[in-house]
Amino acid sequence: MLTYIARRILYSIPVMFLSTFLSFVFVSYAGNPVGNLRNNPKISQNTLELVIKHNHLDRSVPVRYWFWLQDVVTHKLGNSLLTFQPIWPDITRTIGHTAQVIIISETLAIILGIAVGIFSAIRQYSVFDYLFTSVSFLGYAMPVFWFALLLQVLFVNIYLKWHVRIFYTSGLNTPGKGTWSLDRLQHIALPIMTLLVISFALYSRYMRASMLDVINSDYVRTARAKGVSEWRVIMRHVFRNALIPVVTIAALNLGGLLGGAIITETIFTLDGIGYYFIQSLQGSDYYAVMAYLVVTSVIIILFNLIADIIYGYLDPRIRYD
Amino acid sequence: MTEPTVEPFDPPEQVSPKAQTIDGMLPAPAGLFDSTVEAGLEFKARSQWSYARRRFLRHRLAMAGLVGLIIIFGSGIFANFIAPYSYSAIDLNNILHPPTTTAHHFFGTDEIGRDYFSRVIWGIRTSEEVGLFVAAVSSLIGLCVGAAAGYYGGWVDNLLMRLTDLVLTLPALAILLTAAALLGQGSQWRVSIILALFFWTGIARVVRGIFLSLREKEYVEAAKASGANDMRIMFRHILPNTLGPIIVNGTIAVAAAIITEAALSFLGFGIQPPTPSLGVLVAGGQTNPQQWWLTVFPGLTIVVIVLCVNFMGDGLRDALDPTQRRVRA
Amino acid sequence: MPEPVLSIQNLAVEFKTDDGIVHAVDDITYEIYPGETLGIVGESGSGKSVSTLSILGLIPQPPGRVVSGTAMFKGKDLLKLKKKELRDVRGDEVAMVFQDPMTSLNPVLKIGYQLGEAIKTHYPKERDEKVKQRVIDLLRLVGVPNPDTRYDQYPHEFSGGMRQRAMIAMSIANSPSLLIADEPTTALDVTIQAQVLEVLKTVQNETNAAIILITHDLGIVAELCERVLVMYAGRIVESGDVHTIFQSPRHPYTIGLMDSLPKLTEDEEWLRPIPGAPPSLINRPSGCAFHPRCFLSQGRLRCREEVPVLRKAEGTGHEAACHFSDELAGRASKFAEAVPSGGRD
Repeated sequence: MLTYIARRILYSIPVMFLSTFLSFVFVSYAGNPVGNLRNNPKISQNTLELVIKHNHLDRSVPVRYWFWLQDVVTHKLGNSLLTFQPIWPDITRTIGHTAQVIIISETLAIILGIAVGIFSAIRQYSVFDYLFTSVSFLGYAMPVFWFALLLQVLFVNIYLKWHVRIFYTSGLNTPGKGTWSLDRLQHIALPIMTLLVISFALYSRYMRASMLDVINSDYVRTARAKGVSEWRVIMRHVFRNALIPVVTIAALNLGGLLGGAIITETIFTLDGIGYYFIQSLQGSDYYAVMAYLVVTSVIIILFNLIADIIYGYLDPRIRYD
Repeated sequence: MTEPTVEPFDPPEQVSPKAQTIDGMLPAPAGLFDSTVEAGLEFKARSQWSYARRRFLRHRLAMAGLVGLIIIFGSGIFANFIAPYSYSAIDLNNILHPPTTTAHHFFGTDEIGRDYFSRVIWGIRTSEEVGLFVAAVSSLIGLCVGAAAGYYGGWVDNLLMRLTDLVLTLPALAILLTAAALLGQGSQWRVSIILALFFWTGIARVVRGIFLSLREKEYVEAAKASGANDMRIMFRHILPNTLGPIIVNGTIAVAAAIITEAALSFLGFGIQPPTPSLGVLVAGGQTNPQQWWLTVFPGLTIVVIVLCVNFMGDGLRDALDPTQRRVRA
Repeated sequence: MPEPVLSIQNLAVEFKTDDGIVHAVDDITYEIYPGETLGIVGESGSGKSVSTLSILGLIPQPPGRVVSGTAMFKGKDLLKLKKKELRDVRGDEVAMVFQDPMTSLNPVLKIGYQLGEAIKTHYPKERDEKVKQRVIDLLRLVGVPNPDTRYDQYPHEFSGGMRQRAMIAMSIANSPSLLIADEPTTALDVTIQAQVLEVLKTVQNETNAAIILITHDLGIVAELCERVLVMYAGRIVESGDVHTIFQSPRHPYTIGLMDSLPKLTEDEEWLRPIPGAPPSLINRPSGCAFHPRCFLSQGRLRCREEVPVLRKAEGTGHEAACHFSDELAGRASKFAEAVPSGGRD
């Protein structure tokens, strides 16, 4: 098992480098960091040349990547092209907020999704099953931005009509309130709900399908033939096997979640890393854009690694890969 | 009815199959085929495609999805005839009107008086153009690359796998947004190309898997032994097996492309106004939260399109690949 | 004559499908006595597996349904037992070995655990070390080398033949009185088949269990069984002891089965398959289910209209379900001289 983990870690490292290099190359070639600055009349020629020298914009791309890597290692991730301030503190601040929303919604989605999936599979063809299947089909088909907007419109209208503020529809919290205050929760409830619904639809569907697949498999029939009670059959034999594909899906979903975060944070104006990305993109702040791409790629790769390890724990066949 | 007289029985002589056979088997006992058809022994052999078609037609949800799509996509294609107004006809006397049947403003009007129903219809057309284009192009690229990788193996295959793995580790929406911002310039076709260039990896993986597994099969070896060259083998023997998954993947791609383009346009980086895409329309609704129809109708259209596509995809998967132990939703 | 271990009367099982009702098992009756090996032979779809799965309650009940019949086992009707009682019987007094050992063992659990589970489910108070020791002894009995190391391994680390041995070990863990082996060697290589059959013989010697051996392979039946039932389209068409049936089969289907086997002691130019295809179980032929493919029937009305029942064949004492089986009397079968002493005499 340990060798398996070591191998996965070793494999992830070059992938990280390659991924970040690709992002860097892509943005550098497609974007023109200096172009916008050149057009800005407030920036003098001197400043421009300083910027170019400082960011090594006069050198070739691989060289710039090398310098940029050095910057990363010293935790700076460079400076924003717009504000000339270090990017790193922005990233750490915003990522904390995004993490709060994502962790809460994912935990709920996984727990609910697995539970509903199991129950739905055991009670196949029941009313519950049909109901839940339809709901999840709907959740699947729902674009993130539309659902978020609907929630926003709904609660704005509730407030306007009845003057009751159930959930806030924008912002992270009213100034002065803490990260774990009720006020904060009221603010992030809607984005959490948005992300929750879509992830839940995905996980519960996969869990149900996986459960049904396993329940009808030969080794479950063997366990029943041995006289094992139905409860133990489900818990011991079915559950662990059924969980395997869901773990993979959850890890792969992280990319989609980060995308969802971009959308929800924009709609609800939350100070998260997704919103930071959009603003940087709008302002053509390519170093910030790149910082975002790199940070998120690394996070995704890390999570894939964790998923691989969990997978190896659940399924012993994989360990000898 | 009189009984035929029965002779003392003699086991049938061994007869070479070339003489008097039915399907190369031994001569059948008397009266064999009279009773087989009623007995349900015989059935008419059908082609593989008609089996698939029969399976699909039996799938009620899939049929509902197909009908829904025909209606919606049809209205997009014939937008000229169906939309009561042009999508840019401004009527400043009638701004922000809720849905009504007067003057055919079924979906109401927007903030400069344009008929929303018409805008949604035109939006459907844009979306379906994007969806179909992306699905077709990405399937084509995915097919070529996947076939090459799966069939030839070696470094081509390795390269492809590393590439698709890499794409999986990138934050999808962010990359697409960046690409659209830098290269898209708000054009519908540029955005479509960008999406297609991102989507092909999924199909390539599936196609590669099929080519890889079928390459080893005996009938490919037999074809090679009789002198068929590579292209012929790939086309006539292996390719037909990939059509099923490609079609299924293609339908998924249509839905995914529509949603993604809508998201991109909503955030302002995809298709730019005044071209109405469903995403652009929803974005417009955000500034007027009290006029709920501006948000609801285009979004609802997207949901319905995607639902129909998903149902159809389910049905197609059942019809084209029944060997998979599929659980119907 | 001792009491039968299992006595099945008029069992009928059907499945509801989109295309109609499938009559998988249609009114079968048989018994099996302690210590004997009974073979059930038939093509796929003949109902041989379904009949045994249904008495253990292993048929999924929504599409499947036991329409009628009783299955008396040690004084209890298995078909009428409550779920918990049936579970107590399964794996303890009646055990089953399945066809494909690759998919029949849970891939994520250790072999030792799975075998131990068979014991602990029914005897939860036994100490863990005792259970482990018994499992190791069982593995040794069935011929798995190095059982103490193998105990901690996973199914994918076993070869196909070894997995089947482990399955057999698992089934006899609680010394059942009846062991049902559903095509235990079909998924294995021929050389491994022989080994697994040996294991079955050993196991029977050790436990004196009655074995129902389900197979489509007449060779295995000849080797291992004392009595055999031939099933076709959900009904029993011939039943009797192995010697007799191999020497003088009295049902055209059985004759057809044997004729389709190559005889190794002579030269044959062409093989003789049974013409036609197995019947649809939804739309069965009227009267005798075999008549469309039968060389004896020759279109006679009785075959088409009346379902034949099992009755004693002339001169041999075994039973066949054919209206005209007497016409087959005196006809020596292909393998008349070649019947081995097979099974336990």
